[in-house]
Amino acid sequence: MTVSIAVSPQAKRHLPGEPGVWVFILGDMLIFALFFVVFVYYRAHDVPLFSHSQSTLSQGFGAFNTFLMLTSSWFVALAVQAARTNPGKLSARLFALAFLCGFGFVVVKFFEYSEKIHAGITLTTNDFYMYYFVFTGIHLMHVLIGMGVLAFLWNTSRRAVFNAKNINLLESGASFWHLVDILWIVLFALLYLIK
Amino acid sequence: MNSLLRHKVTPVWLVLILATALSWEFGHGLGFGSHYGYATVAIVLIAFIKVRFVFLDFMELRTAPLPLRIVFEAWAVVVGSAILALYWSGTQASFCPLIRAPC
Repeated sequence: MTVSIAVSPQAKRHLPGEPGVWVFILGDMLIFALFFVVFVYYRAHDVPLFSHSQSTLSQGFGAFNTFLMLTSSWFVALAVQAARTNPGKLSARLFALAFLCGFGFVVVKFFEYSEKIHAGITLTTNDFYMYYFVFTGIHLMHVLIGMGVLAFLWNTSRRAVFNAKNINLLESGASFWHLVDILWIVLFALLYLIK
Repeated sequence: MNSLLRHKVTPVWLVLILATALSWEFGHGLGFGSHYGYATVAIVLIAFIKVRFVFLDFMELRTAPLPLRIVFEAWAVVVGSAILALYWSGTQASFCPLIRAPC
């Protein structure tokens, strides 16, 4: 005899990670929302300056960094799945790959900033470049913190056997890294692509 | 590993990469010619569709408690709309003197 148990959709819902991490993520997203709006507002007041300055950006660097960010986020999502379903070191290897993508992002940013500074373009060149350096600089700090989180998750997942309780730690760190990805998706569109 | 790669996050990643390529092309004149305003609207919409995919499938908000999902989806709608509204107001302001029309 088969017994079926009705489970409400709400009961199946699961909060990935600690509630406090989600509060932090939301706070960060609100601050960046303000950044995005401020940028577009001031762009609207001087479209020629912003358009001309944008044309001097290294768009290839920006696009490659978007590829690295999206790919690192994919690796992190797979790593969380691996920790849930695959015993062994697969999760750790995927976190390591995500970390390498993050490292690649930082290297590309280093070359991009160097190129600009050698061309005499700095924070004080004009409004566009002030926003460019400040916003991408704050985002870069998030990437560096996120890489620290990924290194911690790599180390944890190398040694731990995960259960419903300690998988929370992985989910919290993963959610922070996805936040870093989301912020870059919007920054890339606003700084490099819109006309 | 193979079974893991078949998880839904892999096609989502592929869609995100393809969407990025498409928005790159829109940013370089594909489809809209000199109508930069429409290209920008497409670029911003694609960016926020990508953000929604990351929210729902990478951050797993699709199966998270509903209030959390609603807050994040609302963030995407409000911020995306504000960006488009401000962008469009700037576009109108910069084109008005060119076409000698009242702004």
